[in-house]
Amino acid sequence: MEYMLMIFSDPTGFESMSPAQQQEGLAAYGAYHQALEKSGVLRASTRLRPAQAATTVRLKSGKTEVLNGPYAETREQLGGYFVVDVPDLDAAIAWAVRCPGAAHGVVEVRPVWPMGAA
Amino acid sequence: MANGCGLKIVTADAAQVLPAARAAETAARRSYGKLVAFLAARTGDVAGAEDALAEAFATALAEWPVRGVPHTPDAWLLTVARRRRVDAVRQRRLQDSAAEHLSLLAELAAVDEDTATAIPDQRLGLLFACAHPGIDAGVRAPLMLQVVLGFDAATIASAFLVAPATMGQRLSRAKAKIRQAGIAFAVPEREAMRERLGTVLDAIYAAYAEGWSDPQGADARRRNLADEAIWLGHLLASLLPDEGEALGLLALMLHAHARREARRDAAGAYVPLAEQDPARWDAPMIDEAEALLERAGAGGEVGRFQLEAAVQSAHAVRRHAGRADWAAIEQLYDALCALTGSPVAGVNRAIAVAEVRGAAAGLTALDALVGDERLALYQPYWAARADLLARSGDVRAARDAYEQAIGLERDPAVRRFLQQRAAAVLAL
Repeated sequence: MEYMLMIFSDPTGFESMSPAQQQEGLAAYGAYHQALEKSGVLRASTRLRPAQAATTVRLKSGKTEVLNGPYAETREQLGGYFVVDVPDLDAAIAWAVRCPGAAHGVVEVRPVWPMGAA
Repeated sequence: MANGCGLKIVTADAAQVLPAARAAETAARRSYGKLVAFLAARTGDVAGAEDALAEAFATALAEWPVRGVPHTPDAWLLTVARRRRVDAVRQRRLQDSAAEHLSLLAELAAVDEDTATAIPDQRLGLLFACAHPGIDAGVRAPLMLQVVLGFDAATIASAFLVAPATMGQRLSRAKAKIRQAGIAFAVPEREAMRERLGTVLDAIYAAYAEGWSDPQGADARRRNLADEAIWLGHLLASLLPDEGEALGLLALMLHAHARREARRDAAGAYVPLAEQDPARWDAPMIDEAEALLERAGAGGEVGRFQLEAAVQSAHAVRRHAGRADWAAIEQLYDALCALTGSPVAGVNRAIAVAEVRGAAAGLTALDALVGDERLALYQPYWAARADLLARSGDVRAARDAYEQAIGLERDPAVRRFLQQRAAAVLAL
């Protein structure tokens, strides 16, 4: 089953770190990525730029609305995700807790809804 | 009666944060388990016993820390539980389901307050029921923590890395199984004892291992778990004083627990066993473990937990000898490998081999394990491999193995330690 591991964290935490600490943090993600890959469970992964780079779009009563910033103005923002293919939720949680994001933010584990499935 | 005599709270914050509150919580959990065991042993209905006590237990957890532990905790819980039951039955009198409540009421009424202090301790039977072969191995430890100590499903789920809803379902299924299959609340006869005791010990150790994985004791739930597992170990060792493996398990947990503080430096950084300052180990706790191990050895047959405790003992000699007894450690892991066939024992054996005969010999021992799928996601295997490769001068392969170890580690402090090790190797 596929699960998306979504990393929510406060981007100011990363910004306030020293370059060496940032380097170490990114290297931890690199190692995590490699471990997922070597285990054959990684389906996709993406790191997102900070939420201030976001633009939000919607159609309201037939009119388009384009706004600066993310949809939700929360301190913790979606910073990236991994999609893993594992046997069950227990296995997905085991991977989520290894994600460096679990230590500097939270990792939300959501099952992927396969195309065509009810 | 069995109690947590020897059980000490060693984490720094536990000593600071309201020891009275912790004492009250501990007392409530002890009484709770005894009453659940007593009630459920008569009906086989663990969930029913828990329901009957649930509100009283919740009230105790809220009130005792403030007002102090009552003189007779068991009687206090029973009185409150009975009062709540009477209310519930009154409310439900018009409903058909009252019958079930009446039977529980009868159970509660069977024990009056005067005899409450003399409730027979049937927790051992309850432990054996929880670890029955008919119960899924993965839910045995969670089940014990819930029915013997009263931890809620959400707390247990966090410790065992399972979704709370899933954990709740697994626990109810297990309780239904106990009732429906008629699993007895009894200590098995001599013949079946050895095998069944093994499942009880495994479950207690699983609870300890989950608690242990929170080294800083930052997470109160997990810190509790390690302490509670040790308490269960004390309970078991006192109820089965002649079982070498029960004593061995307790010795193992105490040895590991004695080093709890030493696993972090003042800045919170991870300190591996080999670099820990023995002065920071808890000496009385080690002494207690040593005494238990000696008593266990007098029994004759040696099992897994005695061997593992003996390994810890061979590490602890560093207190006096300045160096761990690696030759003994290698021999003990030889025996463990032969006994259990566990790849984890194999990894530890390879580390010992490297200490005795050098990194190359250790690597050869580690290579013999390649292909065991159980090691692919086992961080210590990759960390050991990385270290031995680095010591043999194979920097590239070491870097790869370090990457894998770092990617699999969930403790940020250990992750940072591994990253620093990897960087040091690359700088050579």
